[in-house]
Amino acid sequence: MNYISIIKNGIVKDNPTFVLMLGMCPTLATTTSASNGLAMGLATMAVLICTNFVISCMKSITPDKVRIPVFIVVIAAFVTILQMVIKAYLPDVDKSLGLFIPLIVVNCIILGRAEAFAAKQSPVASLFDGIGIGLGFTLALTLLGIVREFLGAGSIFGLTLLPETYNILLFILPPGAFITLGYLIAIVNKIR
Amino acid sequence: MKKLESSLTNMLLVLTGVAVIMGAVLAWVNSVTAAPIADQKKKALDDGIKAVLACDDLVVAEPDTVKQNGAKGKELTFVIYQAQDAQGKDIGAAVESTTLGFGGNLKVLVGFDPEGTIKGYTLLEHAETPGLGAKADKWFQKGEKGDIVGKNPKEPLTVSKDGGQVDAITASTITSRAFLLAVNNAYKAYKGTPTADGQTGASFTPDTNI
Repeated sequence: MNYISIIKNGIVKDNPTFVLMLGMCPTLATTTSASNGLAMGLATMAVLICTNFVISCMKSITPDKVRIPVFIVVIAAFVTILQMVIKAYLPDVDKSLGLFIPLIVVNCIILGRAEAFAAKQSPVASLFDGIGIGLGFTLALTLLGIVREFLGAGSIFGLTLLPETYNILLFILPPGAFITLGYLIAIVNKIR
Repeated sequence: MKKLESSLTNMLLVLTGVAVIMGAVLAWVNSVTAAPIADQKKKALDDGIKAVLACDDLVVAEPDTVKQNGAKGKELTFVIYQAQDAQGKDIGAAVESTTLGFGGNLKVLVGFDPEGTIKGYTLLEHAETPGLGAKADKWFQKGEKGDIVGKNPKEPLTVSKDGGQVDAITASTITSRAFLLAVNNAYKAYKGTPTADGQTGASFTPDTNI
């Protein structure tokens, strides 16, 4: 399989948010602003690339019956590493996403890709699948964050575009996440 | 390559092996990042103290922890950072105070001059509603709508709805009350300590009613 098409699949055909509908919890919770969405997407992508690669390397020495525990150990280890690195070098990201970083462990995109792709394909292909799916997730979260931040706070990436009077607070609150996500899924699937 | 068979020995070996290797990697990463993480925490606190005392060049004394039982029997903890400027003059203290906000704990750091006048504040931790209560990080700052800087909470600060002189955040009275309560409690904790005016630290009762 061609690596470029693997990446394209991850972004368009198998987009985790708009098509596979995986990882809805962080998608809804962390997209209150464009920068939060982007940071969450990138964090998930970093974990996904590492776990996909390592799990694929280990697929021949992993007995089938214990594969899920093995995958989870690997995923949890990488998430913890990421969390420590973020705490040490990116305190701002830690402040806005703190609680959601450890929850990447249970993000079903990661385990889903380990099962569906990394456990069957070569390490390099799995690496590219991680990049593709990760980019798809990042783009989706950023898009959702942009729409919610624009409608709810009148700004994009913290840059104010609309005066406060035009803000629709609902879009920053949880119901706004569901409404925006619903419309985005409909639009994306129409033009895809 | 053929898949390893799922025999008991294989499963045990692989799972234990993976766990041990990952544990070792984690231990290594932890040893590398432990120092920077501690630095970041200290830096965040130092920056906060500097910001709330409106002074860049200061020496912070050993933090002083004050524990008090609130009106509802819940123990409240205040951390007081006494500060001196470069010349050794007492410029007041930054006090860490926690109350229950609208969405969870609301932890503020308030800076007082030696007379107890508020010099600044910052939110250390909060879980207020974005767009409503979360505005507390700017709302009460100098020059903003609910400016508390320069006020002295000798008479406890209250929102205008409760007959006070501070404008509450629009549609977030609970957060505003909780915030002012944290400030008032911080003042009491600061002025109630022996270092501040010679009284004993146990002489005040923080108010936990919101």
